[in-house]
Amino acid sequence: MAKKEFYSFYPGCSSQSKASADNFLRSSNAMCDALDIKLKEIDDWNCCGASIGYAGGSEIPRLSLSARNIALSQQQHGNADIVAPCAACWISTREAKERVEHSPKASQGVNAALSEIGLKVEANAMPEARHMVEVLIEDIGLDTIANGISKPLEGIKIAGYVGCQTNRPFGIAGESYENPVYLDHMIEACGAKAVDNYEKKVSCCSGALMFSEPEKGHALVKEIIEAAYDGGADMIVTPCQLCQMNVESYQRNINKTFGTKFNIPVVYYTQLIAVAYGKSSQEAALDGQMIRASKLEDIANK
Amino acid sequence: MSNMNQAMVQKYRSDFLKEVEANVEEGHWVKMCMQCGVCSGSCPLGPYWEHPPQELFMMIRAGKREEVLSTESMWMCTSCYNCMARCPRGLPITHIMHGLASYAKRLGLSPKRQVTEQFGQMFWDSIVKNGRVNELKIGVGLYFKDGIAQGIKNAMAGRELGMAMMKSKRLSPMEYFGGHKCKDTSGIAKMLKKAEEFEAEHIAKFGE
Repeated sequence: MAKKEFYSFYPGCSSQSKASADNFLRSSNAMCDALDIKLKEIDDWNCCGASIGYAGGSEIPRLSLSARNIALSQQQHGNADIVAPCAACWISTREAKERVEHSPKASQGVNAALSEIGLKVEANAMPEARHMVEVLIEDIGLDTIANGISKPLEGIKIAGYVGCQTNRPFGIAGESYENPVYLDHMIEACGAKAVDNYEKKVSCCSGALMFSEPEKGHALVKEIIEAAYDGGADMIVTPCQLCQMNVESYQRNINKTFGTKFNIPVVYYTQLIAVAYGKSSQEAALDGQMIRASKLEDIANK
Repeated sequence: MSNMNQAMVQKYRSDFLKEVEANVEEGHWVKMCMQCGVCSGSCPLGPYWEHPPQELFMMIRAGKREEVLSTESMWMCTSCYNCMARCPRGLPITHIMHGLASYAKRLGLSPKRQVTEQFGQMFWDSIVKNGRVNELKIGVGLYFKDGIAQGIKNAMAGRELGMAMMKSKRLSPMEYFGGHKCKDTSGIAKMLKKAEEFEAEHIAKFGE
């Protein structure tokens, strides 16, 4: 596949300015500039309902949220691919599309709801819902990305933490659920070294339950970090906004509970690519890390 | 046990699978479970489920309505989709768990003061009101859900993280006074109201 003229972009709640993944949004903009990926934001997009929306919203209300985004995207950007950089946004959009296509109840209910605001979705006529990493892998290609770097991330060893929802239930075409390797390849494409056999690469960070069940969440994250250290990692990289937040920001709490001495940076793939393409520390949003990725900053500042 | 109660229990016992098939999201898949247990063994919070998914599926077929709908189990789901990716028969287990939790809540049977349920409701309310989630408000809401005193204690414990987030420009105190939202909030509210009406009409009245 080739790169599309532009993509219909749906950043999601966490990747808004001064929200918890502000550093994702900034570094993604830098990466897209470097790779000449054009994004047109869907005007007035709404939240997808994410993982825990089911506590208040049942099937049809939740599907309607994503259906509204799909309908707005079509109205504004025709059949351009919808690209979400957030795993929850991506799978919710894709799920809504599939459910409308396969379930008469969903199609009928969602369209009844959408008709209240003059919108509709039609089975087999909706645009594709894709993850940002799919664009990198399928439309641009990791070889092409590797060929364009100007500052290889030499001397950095990185654990590629894929997490859950970027990997399941849909995942990336051609990758296995149990041991996807694209993130490792992306690390290597940037000139860094990927941790071999990082066994916690698809383990759960506890998702939204980090907020409601923190002790259980800390125990899960402890293992994810421990395995990265065991593999000799200088830092962890992830494609997921919630994984990034959960793995980076509770290390002090985990240290208190378990007597560990964790202090490992957790960055986004967009930050690796931005730095490898010569973007500054600030453009790559490295100032948005709570645990500074000093080895990456050193290369960016060179 | 009264005759009436016994009669109702009998009725549910024979109908609960049908009730789930009719009223629970993706519930028509439940009968396909072959009891291999891969789902239960794959769950990151497996040890905390009173009844793991495999057991819930069998309990549904055995008509254990009260036990299934009143358990805290489904609220342990982190939405990691591991069960779903590994199920040899392709059951959309994550969706069924969400559907069961949502259905139990609709019937007023879910456990009281379940913290993920409370947090999820705040999250949903934020969407209904603003079209987008206000991270600061739901965070503060969760701190203060058990009253002011506990809230201040929680907020003090969490202040280090809050400060670090502000310093890294990933949290703005201004979010508390408005913040990110959609333009067409009234349209979104109208759409969600209609969607909920459709859902409610669709639910067959089994348990009454």
